[in-house]
Amino acid sequence: MPDRLTALLRADTGGTPVIELEGEIDRDAEGPLFAAWEQVPAASARVVLDFGRTEYINSSGLAILVQLLARARAEGREVHVVGLTDHYREIFEITRLVDFVTLLPDARAIA
Amino acid sequence: MTTIGHAFRRVVRRPQRAADAPRAEIATATPTAAMPAVEIGEHDPLLPYLQSASGAVDVDALQLESSALRELRSAGVKLVIPLVTHGELIGTLYLGPRLSDQDYSADDRRLLENLAAQAAPALHVAQLVQEQEAEARERERFEHELQVAQLIQQHFLPLTLPQPPGWSVQAHYRPARAVGGDFYDIVERPDGTVAFAVGDVTDKGVPAAMVMAATRSVLRAAGQDEARPAELLARVNDLLQADMPPRMFVTCLYGVLDPATGHVRFANAGHNLPIVRTAGGADELRATGMPLGLLPGMRYVETDAQLRPGDQLVLHSDGIAEAHGTGREMFGIPRLREVLAGAASGDRLLGDVLDALRAFTGPDWEQEDDITLVSIAWHSGGLLTSFEVPSEPGREREAMRRVADAVAPLGLPGGRLEKLKTAVAEATMNAIEHGNLNRPEVPVLVTAGVEGADLVVRIRDEGGDRPIAITETPDVAAKLAGEQSPRGWGLFLIQQMVDRLRVTSDGRYHTAELVVHLEETRHA
Repeated sequence: MPDRLTALLRADTGGTPVIELEGEIDRDAEGPLFAAWEQVPAASARVVLDFGRTEYINSSGLAILVQLLARARAEGREVHVVGLTDHYREIFEITRLVDFVTLLPDARAIA
Repeated sequence: MTTIGHAFRRVVRRPQRAADAPRAEIATATPTAAMPAVEIGEHDPLLPYLQSASGAVDVDALQLESSALRELRSAGVKLVIPLVTHGELIGTLYLGPRLSDQDYSADDRRLLENLAAQAAPALHVAQLVQEQEAEARERERFEHELQVAQLIQQHFLPLTLPQPPGWSVQAHYRPARAVGGDFYDIVERPDGTVAFAVGDVTDKGVPAAMVMAATRSVLRAAGQDEARPAELLARVNDLLQADMPPRMFVTCLYGVLDPATGHVRFANAGHNLPIVRTAGGADELRATGMPLGLLPGMRYVETDAQLRPGDQLVLHSDGIAEAHGTGREMFGIPRLREVLAGAASGDRLLGDVLDALRAFTGPDWEQEDDITLVSIAWHSGGLLTSFEVPSEPGREREAMRRVADAVAPLGLPGGRLEKLKTAVAEATMNAIEHGNLNRPEVPVLVTAGVEGADLVVRIRDEGGDRPIAITETPDVAAKLAGEQSPRGWGLFLIQQMVDRLRVTSDGRYHTAELVVHLEETRHA
């Protein structure tokens, strides 16, 4: 089955690593997501997850995001989140994931 | 006063016993010629005399102005032995002349008095048993009559109710113990319309049941070729009035519904008004007229109402509105309307009303009158879609998209639609993985439809024989600390995304029912 998620690492203008998540975050997201995370420079204390092109997140995808946040915490890194639709932003609130990331107001703010 | 009344009751009963008791005893004393029984009148002075006599009484020697005494003498009675137990005269023993023609000796008298002293309590017991048996027979007769009335009543209630496409027709009927005269009838007419009637016969028991049966039959027969409710009630009134027992009449609400358009025409013969429950509340539909069977030539007025999808027509009888609460206040129409306005829609509405009634009357309530409740509900739009997806990972997206397409005409606001999509996807994932164990050949059935004021999506798998795993409420902090699995979000998400999640199992199927209140959506 082809990956439904493309996770591409780039850096924003300020040099902060940004992982662009394009497609669907479900049980198959683990590989691409963690592969991108591996490429984050060791010195980066802050990583941005950009959901601007994410179409779908399900409960399995949430579980993988939780694993990613656990890893970030272990590595002493902050995770910033940008580009969530209103719906997924609400899900981040309902699940209290917002308490463990920093929500940035808009994708353009870091572009 | 009590003592005097009690004593008097005994005196009144005594003559019958005095008349019954002697016959056999006389036959013993004179085996060849039975004597006629002599009754001692209620006010005869012989009664108090015998009551207080200390033993055998010599009839010829007794000085008393008593017609009974004269009768005894002329019947040839020589000795009267009172049968007294616990101070109560319960019978008498009459003896004719001795067969030897000699007078009764002192020994004879002693023997007879001993016999009387022993016979009296035994006779008293026998009398009590007889009385109890008579009472039991009377009770049995009453119970039997009750059963007959119930049988008649039940026989004339419909066994099945018509269910026009897009509609749900339900009835609840609970007779009071003493059988009132409630009835209801709902039949599909040859032209596809649905005729409905709810009525109440005054009086109770077998007579009411008979009138109820007659009324239902006449209504049904007349309804075959008369679709105009007012004309029908007028005709039924004339037919019933001729044969109606005095002081009896029948209230009846009769109507005809066109399920294709939701148009209702009805007329009322003194019955409780129908209530229409809409998204905006519950209102009575006005219509008045004389009850059936009182006067000939009555005319009724046809009223009509236009139901809309999602509306629910409720018919009811006195048993609800006139039920008394613990504080003796009545349930009343305003409260019924209030309950209906706030009740769940569709098939759960009647249950909600009965729950409210139970809460109002308290658990020890003895039902005062028959209770009849009929609900005729129009699903708004009805079933929107029904499809199956194979149990393969990822197929939940298909279910999500198809439900989203099917509910598009409802115009759910974007946020509500996104939430529903997430809930449908999660529930379908659960069904695929946990219900059907990822076996592609076992399908997940998904249906979506409007039921009353709700959008209901049902997702059914075939894991109904396995208990549903109870998952702990997800806690991100615990998950990040490794104290809880990072998974386990599904059920929690569904619960947060819809207004209600109901999960049922029936041994084979396991169904998750997702409910979205459409009205809240519109107001949101």
